[in-house]
Amino acid sequence: MIEAEKLTKRFGGRAVVDDVTFRCEPGTVTGFLGPNGAGKTTTMRMICGFSTPDAGRAGVLGGEYRRLPNPGRRVGVLLDASAQHGGRRGREALAISAQTMGVEEKRVDDLLGLVGLDRAAARKRVRQYSLGMRQRLGIANALIGEPEVLILDEPANGLDPEGMRWMRGLLRDFAERGGTVLLSSHLLHEVDAIADRLVIIGSGKIVAEGSKEELLSDAGTLVRADDGEALGRALAGAGLEAREAEGGGFLVDAEPRAVGVAAQGGGVALVHLAPAGDAGLEQLFFDLTTDNGEEGKR
Amino acid sequence: MSAHAIDASENAAPAARDRRPGLARLTKVELRKMVDTRSGFWLQLAVLGLTVLAVVITVLAGHDDDKTFRHVISNALQPAGILLPVVGILLVSSEWSQRTALVSFALVPERPRLLVAKLCAGVVLALVATVVAVALAALGTALASTDAPNVWSLPLGLLGQDVVYVVTAMVIGIGFGAALQSSAPAIVLYFALPVALAALGSIHALHGVIDWINSAEALEPLTTTVMSGHEWAQGLVALALWMGVPLAIGLWRLTRRDVG
Repeated sequence: MIEAEKLTKRFGGRAVVDDVTFRCEPGTVTGFLGPNGAGKTTTMRMICGFSTPDAGRAGVLGGEYRRLPNPGRRVGVLLDASAQHGGRRGREALAISAQTMGVEEKRVDDLLGLVGLDRAAARKRVRQYSLGMRQRLGIANALIGEPEVLILDEPANGLDPEGMRWMRGLLRDFAERGGTVLLSSHLLHEVDAIADRLVIIGSGKIVAEGSKEELLSDAGTLVRADDGEALGRALAGAGLEAREAEGGGFLVDAEPRAVGVAAQGGGVALVHLAPAGDAGLEQLFFDLTTDNGEEGKR
Repeated sequence: MSAHAIDASENAAPAARDRRPGLARLTKVELRKMVDTRSGFWLQLAVLGLTVLAVVITVLAGHDDDKTFRHVISNALQPAGILLPVVGILLVSSEWSQRTALVSFALVPERPRLLVAKLCAGVVLALVATVVAVALAALGTALASTDAPNVWSLPLGLLGQDVVYVVTAMVIGIGFGAALQSSAPAIVLYFALPVALAALGSIHALHGVIDWINSAEALEPLTTTVMSGHEWAQGLVALALWMGVPLAIGLWRLTRRDVG
């Protein structure tokens, strides 16, 4: 279990993480989604004790991460796939972690197999690794101690579609055995493919949270007509809140039934009327990205 | 996917899993980290190679009076004394420059323990290097087989000073790495500061003070003569300064600073 309670972190007076509260329960894969600079990494580092919150608290397995006697055996952490010594061989990097947490070194070879790094790759120095290989090495590193909790920052970054399918299987399997997973991403489709719960963060604040179904059902209605202007007037006339959607039409904050009635009232012929679903989620995320675009990277 | 590769919660006795990694284990890990990277490996090899070279040159080219055991040891220890601090610097600074701190601190959140383990590992490596240098020096002296008087005489005090010389050099290196958390500045400062201090020493008014704080000057007699009380006093003050200050700064930064 992972908990963040009113977590706040300020850098130079600006709150990069602002009153963030969420929970990750055992058996779930939670996707922590937000544009670059939204505060994902800072939040995860506070959870793992790398950075001290200015307010609020973060806990793992009911206590502070720093209080875990041998954290590697309880919580698997991948905070940055590039954070490995370039001059060390891949297998050796894992062997060091195994030795530190008191795990038999032969488990390293099992894990290399599990994450798909073959013998030749394991003998290479990490400097020669592609980003995808580093991610695989980092995930192996997180799994060495047979943890119950996984905290992974941007683990799908650099993975090809096949790699993403593989990770989905791996993490789902982990969750089904009672594990808790928190993974971050700045790409909706990555989280969409891997996670079953979403926590969406923008400008340091949680803007939406829930299972994918919950978020999709809240996403509103997508409606299109040949006569867009008339449709806009009809929606406004019925007092419905509507925004222009990506690719034409309107995203309306209402049930499809209410939208249909409004269109009928305005005498507008519709060509599309349906729950917004993915389009709504994309729009929500798109709004976040554009709002925060100027703040740039972390 | 193999079943036992991911075992969440149920397995493994909790007691064994939640045992804090002991200092001995962490020290072994740090020793391993010193030699398992490309730079670490070549640095150790360079120390060994230069030690052999120092012995060979002393024995072949030296004056007969120079071919005594104590003199050969003194020369044989120089490569370790100069290069091992760099190994020490890299052991700490690479955690930042290579960003492995994100892995190391995740496994050992009590950061001061990690620094203590690095110091222990440094001391072990320094002792090994001293033993190797002394053994090579003995071999060289035996092969040179001069008939100079007292070839094999080696005051125990001097041997002790040799050990102090290499070990403290290593500890100072680790201190510099910890204080600066960055490889290049730490290495440059480590070598440049004594030179700068020596230059300051040429200023007449500062002359007396510099003798006490310049490690290069104060520690110079360590490997050559059994030191007098006065020399020891100067040496200890310099050592306290050169080991203590960087380590204190390093410890402070280590515990205060957010890692990222």
